[in-house]
Amino acid sequence: MSQSPLVSSESGRRYPDKPSQVYLLGTCLVDSFYPQAGMDAIEVIRAQGVEVVFPQSQTCCGQPAYNSGYEDEARDVARQQLEAFAKDIPVVVMMGSCAGMVHQEYPDLFAGYPEEAAAKALAARTYEFTEFMVSVLNVSLEDKGQTTKAALHTSCSSRRGMKVAQQHKALLGELSGVRVVEPERVTECCGFGGTFAVKQPAISAAMADDKARYMAATDADVIVSADCGCLMNIGGTLDELARKGECKSIPTEHIASFVRRRLEGAEGTKEGQS
Amino acid sequence: MSNNPQFIELKSVVDQEEHDFADMQQRHFKVRAQMALENDTLRKSFRGASDFLMGKRKAVFPDSDELEALRDRGEAARQRSLSKLPELLEQLERSLTANGVHVHWAETAEQANDVIHKILERRNARTVVKGKSMVSEEIELNHYLEQHGIECLESDMGEYLVQLGKETPSHIIMPAIHKNKEQIARLMHTRATTPDGEAVPYTEDVDDLIGNARAILREKFRTADAGISGVNMAIAETGTLLLVENEGNGRMCTTVPPVHIAITGIEKVVEKLTDVPELLTLLPRSATGQIITTYVNMISGPRKEGELDGPDEVHLVLLDNGRSRMFNHPELKQTLQCIRCGACMNHCPVYARVGGHAYGSTYPGPIGQVVTPQLSSAGGLAENGDMINACSLNGACGEACPVRIPLPDLIRNLRAEAVKPHRNVGVGDERVPGAGTQRHLTEALIWKGWSTVHKVPFLYRFSTNALAMGRGLMPSKIGPWTETRSTPKPAAKNLHQLARAAGIPDQPDD
Ligand code: SF4
Repeated sequence: MSQSPLVSSESGRRYPDKPSQVYLLGTCLVDSFYPQAGMDAIEVIRAQGVEVVFPQSQTCCGQPAYNSGYEDEARDVARQQLEAFAKDIPVVVMMGSCAGMVHQEYPDLFAGYPEEAAAKALAARTYEFTEFMVSVLNVSLEDKGQTTKAALHTSCSSRRGMKVAQQHKALLGELSGVRVVEPERVTECCGFGGTFAVKQPAISAAMADDKARYMAATDADVIVSADCGCLMNIGGTLDELARKGECKSIPTEHIASFVRRRLEGAEGTKEGQS
Repeated sequence: MSNNPQFIELKSVVDQEEHDFADMQQRHFKVRAQMALENDTLRKSFRGASDFLMGKRKAVFPDSDELEALRDRGEAARQRSLSKLPELLEQLERSLTANGVHVHWAETAEQANDVIHKILERRNARTVVKGKSMVSEEIELNHYLEQHGIECLESDMGEYLVQLGKETPSHIIMPAIHKNKEQIARLMHTRATTPDGEAVPYTEDVDDLIGNARAILREKFRTADAGISGVNMAIAETGTLLLVENEGNGRMCTTVPPVHIAITGIEKVVEKLTDVPELLTLLPRSATGQIITTYVNMISGPRKEGELDGPDEVHLVLLDNGRSRMFNHPELKQTLQCIRCGACMNHCPVYARVGGHAYGSTYPGPIGQVVTPQLSSAGGLAENGDMINACSLNGACGEACPVRIPLPDLIRNLRAEAVKPHRNVGVGDERVPGAGTQRHLTEALIWKGWSTVHKVPFLYRFSTNALAMGRGLMPSKIGPWTETRSTPKPAAKNLHQLARAAGIPDQPDD
């Protein structure tokens, strides 16, 4: 079955026909902290008739070192991903920020290096999870869950890097029982920024505090995002604010887990930091 | 008046604010940022100003496709000029000279200060009025002239207030954006004097405040020996200096006193008059949400025979101060595309929270983080290492920039410059001053170790498995992260383990 390639108006990217198999790039954060989200993504993609391959030799996209200026160290780690995802099939990435690293930064990182061509090829077949679901698979989903209100957090890397905010919304839009709400100042950074949260903790905390309060004000049942760093940051801050009685806590969930739960009609979040 | 108890009380508040500012500027970036975060008044001022300016900008760019097209053209216009920068500068010098403008080249801040001082000295100038010029802030011109006994009065309302308060601008377009109405009222009342030498009456009425300042400044314009201004664009073909402003003070500074000295960075040159509309469409819209500024000054030389006004001498000082080095740096060259609209700071979530003074530099916010370490006069990366880390790389600035400077990429690039002793770009003097100075042994070792673990799948799995197994041993507090957040907990089984257990294929079918 061949589908017409959709063009995302925001990124201008051309999309291929539905593939028979794809790689899943889990990301190191999902690997250790949100592994169930990875399994959920695998199930959700398989349910669309696409085989999922999870290379055991994958590690991390290299972004933490890259954003800290340690380019050689980042390149060494990125090189390992070029090997792990070497075959010419699409790569679906669990987080917008790591998708951006591979899709946008790898070609620069390897410019002038022997791996340049491989890096460009990998970049070209790399998609963020919701982007893959919506723009490549063009999914239509049957929501079996109870009516619920979900607050969507589109990370800066998903919104401005990968430009897939539309796809996030479109995927949730497939779920008939879900009312999607967005917090005030929806486009503002939550203050995570990887090593930024470590190097400038006070500024990061001030940003997270605002974001968490805006999230609480939505009074949603769950906060979903395709970026686990943001979820950890927003959820962790909300927890702490709730502990102090300043607002209610809201569970956080990777969008893949949320979608799977809705497709299966399951209640309650399975993981997340809350 | 000055014995009045209310005056004395207000004066002590103003003095305290001056003291606090001076004290803050002595501290390190992180302390400055912390102080700003704890100052509610300040945070409100900046948040309010950012919201206001973002809203105004949005309102004048209602059509996003059109905005993107304009940005494409703005970027192209700047890149076109930069691609022939050396030739255009020569052409500019020729055209200006033909128009009767004296052109001076200054490689360093000291040279620029010295050139200006010499001109003033030759003309026996004791008082100078100044229009808004960030380049003059960059070289700390006021301070230099003051040391040489020349009074240099700021005439832009914001700059005037900042000067009264003995502070520095906290925004490149709105220098006094950090001050609220009450602070301004106190400052005017206790520090400004009317032309008759009286204290200005206390008022919080904005129109009255501006009226009072105008009365003072009018007199100064009339009597000043020279005027100094910045430049928004210098047009090579025609030898024209273009200056936009809203208060008319720029026109006063450049036309009333007998001498006009303009100062600008060498990157401000454009080739033709036809380049102007492209950039002038973007500049006020991006800066203040205006379609056009109240005044657009085109200065093309001194007063000619038979003309009734204008200075009899016009000078242009072209400052380098590191800009040639930026020009020669393949990855940082785009720094020079900047038209100083301030949109990047208005859209920056970090700037909105810490404000301009926390950066401790002439140029704050994203463009400040990019340009400051590259200037020759600002301590390079050695003294601005913390500043470039104060960015979450969220990309809001790059999205707002009217000439498409990829600010987050440039910040990331500077981080690389900061920690790498050798970098494969260009040679020698193309590197940013202080390159490599932020490489600290422990951090470098951590990244080396991180890289070793993450480039060898076996080591990676070993360490992530250990993390999963040892999740019970995780400390409940892990550094500053957990001061305001709950502690993230690793899962009992990681995704590698779950996928293997579920029989998810490790390799694709051929
Ligand atoms: S970098 Fe761009 S947005 Fe920032 S001041 Fe310069 S032109 Fe304006």
